[in-house]
Amino acid sequence: MDIKHVKDYIYWLYYQYLLITCSYVLEPWEQSMFHTITVTVFAMVVYTAYVFVPIHVRLAFEFFSQIFGGQPDSTVSIVN
Amino acid sequence: MERPGRAALGAQPRANGCGAAHGALRNGFVRGLPGTQINHVVHNGGLYKRPFNEAFEETPMLVAVLTYVGYGVLTLFGYLRDFMRQWKIEKCQNAIEREEQKDFVPLYQDFENFYTRNLYMRIRDSWNRPICSVPGAKVDMMERVSHDYNWTFTYTGKVIKGIINMGSYNYLGFAQNNGTCQQAAAKVLSQYGAGVCSSRQEMGNLDKHEELEKLVARFLGVESAMAYGMGFATNSMNIPALVGKGCLILSDELNHASLVLGARLSGATIRIFKHNNMQSLEKLLKDAIVHGQPRTRRPWKKILILVEGIYSMEGSIVRLPEVIALKKKYKSYLYLDEAHSIGALGPNGRGVVDYFGLNPEDVDVMMGTFTKSFGAAGGYIGGKKELIDYLRTYSHSAVYATSLSPPVVEQIITSMKCIMGEDGTTFGKECVQQLAENTRYFRRRLKEMGFIIYGNEDSPVVPLMLYMPAKIGAFGREMLKRNIGVVVVGFPATPIIESRARFCLSAAHTKEMLDTALKEINEVGDLLQLKYSRHRLVPLLDRPFDETTYEETED
Ligand SMILES: Cc1ncc(COP(=O)(O)O)c(C=O)c1O
Repeated sequence: MDIKHVKDYIYWLYYQYLLITCSYVLEPWEQSMFHTITVTVFAMVVYTAYVFVPIHVRLAFEFFSQIFGGQPDSTVSIVN
Repeated sequence: MERPGRAALGAQPRANGCGAAHGALRNGFVRGLPGTQINHVVHNGGLYKRPFNEAFEETPMLVAVLTYVGYGVLTLFGYLRDFMRQWKIEKCQNAIEREEQKDFVPLYQDFENFYTRNLYMRIRDSWNRPICSVPGAKVDMMERVSHDYNWTFTYTGKVIKGIINMGSYNYLGFAQNNGTCQQAAAKVLSQYGAGVCSSRQEMGNLDKHEELEKLVARFLGVESAMAYGMGFATNSMNIPALVGKGCLILSDELNHASLVLGARLSGATIRIFKHNNMQSLEKLLKDAIVHGQPRTRRPWKKILILVEGIYSMEGSIVRLPEVIALKKKYKSYLYLDEAHSIGALGPNGRGVVDYFGLNPEDVDVMMGTFTKSFGAAGGYIGGKKELIDYLRTYSHSAVYATSLSPPVVEQIITSMKCIMGEDGTTFGKECVQQLAENTRYFRRRLKEMGFIIYGNEDSPVVPLMLYMPAKIGAFGREMLKRNIGVVVVGFPATPIIESRARFCLSAAHTKEMLDTALKEINEVGDLLQLKYSRHRLVPLLDRPFDETTYEETED
């Protein structure tokens, strides 16, 4: 029962995707081409995010901690 | 951004074109204002004798963006296909220049051709479906299939029966193949035959035509009237007879093609005002009076304002009281095309003039067609006797066009008498009321469901916004699958992102038919995610509205 719901929902999502991107009106070969392109682009985006985002987050974190953590060295010592 | 401006405008009464009126919200024309309720009544002084509720909800931003994305995808694939056709990778099915024309100006390269070839062609199956019965409340359609993605169609030989017809301009339900109109027309057909074979000025002037014109004049409440064989030609051939060089035409931006053609043929200068926007019209009028003709600065010979009663794409009703006030103030002429409103509006079915309770004498040229509410064919022009006498001698469609076919004339006479109650029954009156009720009911229910509906609440033309190009095709197909015939409209009849489905209500629709149609529209609306409206009209139900409460009221 639940499986059917999930299946229906996924099919519905796919239908919305078809409608919004207008691939609904494309011919089958165009549709498969379009899907291939979207899937490839999407996969690449995800992969890039997976590879680069953690690095950049770490770098950013270090950068900001340097600004906010490094500068107040003297003040911190005064307060202390 | 707009809100404070409007409020300020309402706070301090400004002289507005209509002299008498200093309204709170001028004209109440609300395009947008997200987050507020659309419940504006026109406050233009005492000009309006009845509330005038007309609203155009703004396109939601996200929807607009997604629509453009869709067009983007289609355009890219269009270029790809054009490329392939050019290099003969695929068979080229569309029109192309012949070999010997290759070096001339390209014929099929503009956007419209690109659109037809690569976008329209993909969803073409939703248009031009042949029907094979009288287009009454229900209609039979011929089934057709396409094996080459809508380039060609073949008929399967089957007939889809009993489709609820939400697309015909059959406002009063006179498109019938039985009943008094049909009998009368059949009788006249056996008496006069179908063809006239001559124009009005020669041997084609039948007693029936004279009778029809007297009746039309009485129906409209004007001195005299003249009937023509075609509504389109009534506009496009009579406007050139009325105005010419040195005259100015002020035309609504959404006027029908026949008015546009007539205006262009006349050779007069044409200026366009914003749809139903009285400020814009007044500005043009003022400029025309102040500056006169360009360069010479002579005053314009005539200024003619062209408006329609009901705009068939927007479902809006012309602001006639204000137009008449402006016309009187600036001493110009008014040409009113009542193609859709005659029969369909007003307590007596006599069009917008009747709807607003105005005097027909105030409109100089009353034009209309018999194609819609009367279930016949042809057009008329009504007005002062001098005007009609002039047109009789000078209008092309009076001089050169063959006159109306007698059975058609009889259909018009019978149905018009029926509306006027001169057939001794109240049937016509009931039809007018039924249409008004159907209109209110249908519009209210669609709004409650959360669709974006354009136009005036009394207009029997109901545009439902679809926006995305794929949804045009999907809506038409899904509705046909559910046995409901609808008209979907896209570019070039509408702005490119404002694709819509247009329902035309009829007095012939019963409550059950409307409920069936509404149920299916609701279902398709959920399937295609068409319920864009963010204005849940709370005051109507006075409770938060959701699908379940709606379904309770369903049966
Ligand atoms: C405003 C308007 N004027 C004129 C016409 C043309 O009338 P007919 O179809 O009778 O030629 C139409 C038809 O759709 C119309 O909508």
